[in-house]
Amino acid sequence: MAQAIVELKGVGKSFRSADGTARSVLEGVDFRLAEGEIVSLLGQSGSGKSTMLRIMAGLIGVDGGEVRYRDQPLFGPARGISMVFQSFALFPWLTVQQNVELGLEARGVAPAERARRAVAAIELIGLAGFEGALPRELSGGMRQRVGIARALVVEPEVLLMDEAFSALDVLTGERLREDILDLWRRRAMPTKAILVVSHNIEEAVLMADRVLIFASDPGRVRFQLAVQLPRPRDPDSPNVRALIDEVYALMTAGSGRAGRRGEEPVVTNLAERLPEADIGRMEGLLERLVDDAFNGRADLPKLAEDTALTDDELLPLAQALSLLGLARLADGDLHITPLGRRYVDGEHTLRQEIFGQQLLTHVPLAAHIRHSLEQEPSGELSDKPFLRLLSESLDAAEAERVLGTAIEWGRHGEVYEYDFHTGLIHLPAGDTEAESA
Amino acid sequence: MFDKPFFPRQVVESPPNKWDWALLPLVLGILVLLAYGGSQMARPYQVGETLPLSLDPIVLPYYLMRTTLRMFLALGCSLVFACVFAVLAAKYKAAEKVLVPLLDILQSIPILGFLSITVTGFIALFPGNLFGVECAAIFAIFTSQAWNMAFSVYQSMRTVPAELKEAGRVFQLSGWQRFWRLELPFAMPGLLWNMMMSMSGGWFFVVAAEAISVSNQSIRLPGVGSYISLAIEQKNLGAIGWAIAGMLVGIILYDQLFFRPLLAWADKFRFEEGSNEHAPQSWLLAWLRRTDRVQAMTNQAFALLERSFVVFKRDYDGTSIRARAKPIDPRIERVWDTVLAAAVLLAVYRLVGFVHGEVGWGEVAHVFVLGFYTMIRVLVLIALAAAVWVPIGIWIGMNPLWSGRLQAVAQFLAAFPVNLVFPIVVVFIVHWHLNPNLWLSPLMVLGTQWYILFNVIAGASTVPTELRYAAQNLGLTGWLKWKRYLLPAVFPSFVTGAITASGGSWNASIVSEYVSWGSTTLQAQGLGSYIAHMTAVGDFPRIALGIGVMCVFVMGMNHFVWRRLYRLAEDRMHF
Repeated sequence: MAQAIVELKGVGKSFRSADGTARSVLEGVDFRLAEGEIVSLLGQSGSGKSTMLRIMAGLIGVDGGEVRYRDQPLFGPARGISMVFQSFALFPWLTVQQNVELGLEARGVAPAERARRAVAAIELIGLAGFEGALPRELSGGMRQRVGIARALVVEPEVLLMDEAFSALDVLTGERLREDILDLWRRRAMPTKAILVVSHNIEEAVLMADRVLIFASDPGRVRFQLAVQLPRPRDPDSPNVRALIDEVYALMTAGSGRAGRRGEEPVVTNLAERLPEADIGRMEGLLERLVDDAFNGRADLPKLAEDTALTDDELLPLAQALSLLGLARLADGDLHITPLGRRYVDGEHTLRQEIFGQQLLTHVPLAAHIRHSLEQEPSGELSDKPFLRLLSESLDAAEAERVLGTAIEWGRHGEVYEYDFHTGLIHLPAGDTEAESA
Repeated sequence: MFDKPFFPRQVVESPPNKWDWALLPLVLGILVLLAYGGSQMARPYQVGETLPLSLDPIVLPYYLMRTTLRMFLALGCSLVFACVFAVLAAKYKAAEKVLVPLLDILQSIPILGFLSITVTGFIALFPGNLFGVECAAIFAIFTSQAWNMAFSVYQSMRTVPAELKEAGRVFQLSGWQRFWRLELPFAMPGLLWNMMMSMSGGWFFVVAAEAISVSNQSIRLPGVGSYISLAIEQKNLGAIGWAIAGMLVGIILYDQLFFRPLLAWADKFRFEEGSNEHAPQSWLLAWLRRTDRVQAMTNQAFALLERSFVVFKRDYDGTSIRARAKPIDPRIERVWDTVLAAAVLLAVYRLVGFVHGEVGWGEVAHVFVLGFYTMIRVLVLIALAAAVWVPIGIWIGMNPLWSGRLQAVAQFLAAFPVNLVFPIVVVFIVHWHLNPNLWLSPLMVLGTQWYILFNVIAGASTVPTELRYAAQNLGLTGWLKWKRYLLPAVFPSFVTGAITASGGSWNASIVSEYVSWGSTTLQAQGLGSYIAHMTAVGDFPRIALGIGVMCVFVMGMNHFVWRRLYRLAEDRMHF
């Protein structure tokens, strides 16, 4: 077995939400990053994968368990660990070369030596000639190249990549990924291990020797998958396709009660993390699903390709549909339900009625809001108490997002309405007990 | 790496190019002026001695140089203060608890308040030398410049994007390196803007700062401020005209020689993406960049800074036991809070005792009533200024042909010290026997109204084109167009402008409610004139009372009016 570089043992981390209650983000995470491997972390947003990456970078301390780097406890950012950021995190007032030299300058490397190594790194990553440019003159892909050169020039043992390609367009991201894998294969960089946080399933499968899939609330490693295909990997080869399918199946397993697998416990609390799904897109996806091309049953990777949606856009949609019982997720496939067909065939009013009905039955938060409103003689309530209720178990931004989703869905299903200016949720005008479930 | 010669080779070997030669007279001239001005500042002086002053326009350039020198010294002090303050407040929670409220109070204290309290101390510091008085004047100017700069740097340091901070930590930047590479550059645009604002603010109070007349001492330092003060005393309208012209020249000079190049250089510190179409240009910076020697010397300065990075680097990383987070003992925090609470209680106790013993509660009530008058003036005038300038600003902002040029003009007008036109107003009021309570009021917004104008222009020119088309397409006209489209669109920038204008107007009330021309002194009933009057008499308890009450009003207005409007604008009305 290869030697471990970074090791996490029973790591737990919780953050304090606004009202002071602790909220667990990671729990009991065991992980070892060994020499010579690339590991991908996949998981829904909020599953703590970015937190874990930052713990390994020494940016965040842990509450429980321990982090070891080269068998030494890790208390802060270590010199042998370098990082590439999602938003590039370049210093806009420094030129490309100055940005790349940053880590060397901080270590007190002499100017001549610094310049020599920076120029070499810039050339390695394919930016020769751009040394004097300011980051704002560069395109996104080139900026991320600077970010990578900056991370590599300090000759790190471990390279951490935090969704490094997700801010780039698909084509640019793919090229950059290929270039990095090429450097890795040729051993042109001194790095001994790479950890990639991603939400792109294909990217994870193409890059990694191991894929880790995170579960949410609290974040923990749910599945682990070894990828033993030789590199370079062809995304269209049957082996790779099969693996991608498998990862999709694992990712969607247990999400959404209608299509859940037996082993996952059902979460029926109010503060359930509602998938961030836009109504228009949900309808679009359903209509797509009944199309002749799919005929009611679609493979998720195919659907992603067909709709040109990224994984982190598609998965919440599929989960939302499955949560509302309009579709069913099984083994990485999305099946339409009879109700889903009725919805697609229906007129606008029928659609709203079905949607509202399903919302009240399957989303406890929406039912709770509706019920509370019906108790009020005025039929209206401020959004504040609901937000407070949610922030008991979610952090502030997440609570707002979940309530926002619940409000959007409720508006569409005509279960309740919301006035942005007053911050009041109220029953739809002229609505009596007729529609209550 | 320290065995290198201090001067880089190109300075020694290559001859200066033609741009160097062309720049030489400018550099030498500035150096000579600095040396002469500096020597004049530290000459022997006994308290009671009157310094020779003349209203001859020929001496005006010299006075202008002295005043500008003072202002730049004060600006330098403000810069250092702003950085130290921001670093302390942003890094240490314990310091933040004291410093931020303290600055909030300090910035609402009018400049005369500082002057009257500190002048004797500064004179005692340098006995027998003019430098003590100079220090008092510089300190007074400093107090009109430092606070907004400090707040600006502090705000910027707290809003450094999280990923940049993380990058700084991952790449092992030490505190010193982080300040120069990340925090100060990030704070630079805001800081520069506030420096320019401060410089304008400084001109406004230059008369008060140079012609020190506190507690029956009257010292006039050579400078434009004293020149104006003397001209007012001698009712010399011609000299006022010369002073106005001189100041205009001064403002243009330091704008062209100092702020323009600085702004053009600092454009790279902009954090926003994309290229700026209106990137500031400067002929001087372009010139400097073509020189050889001057370039080499600035490079040398930056290289020196980079060498300091080697000295102040982190010498351990995250694997060291020294990096382990040391949990702060909650008891220490509690003790600190207790100490603060005790200090505040003591201060309140002393204040109550002081008011009770020295001035009496009747006086306090009276001063509050005066403050109320001034508040009504400020609010009414801001509303009037808004009624006039918002429509004009919108019109200008929507016409790209005009907006660029007129915005610059409005900024220039904001920099112009309007107290120079006060004498004219006095002559006018006396001649027509007008009521000073009413007619002195407009002076308060004379200088500050421009903030509203140029903010509205800026706001209107950023209204998205598609929104304009939509409004045209829907055929919005009349009041509906204003209510649903134009006013909401410029509301956030209007609030920003109005906050600055309101703060400035309170400060200006001290100068504008108490105006003199020769032996005529016109007073409007208000808090400003109360403070100005008490300062002239030298009644310290009442100066303190007036200043304290003004602080209460300014902070109250900020808290109850402006911050709420600001939040409203941020929440609801931005693109």
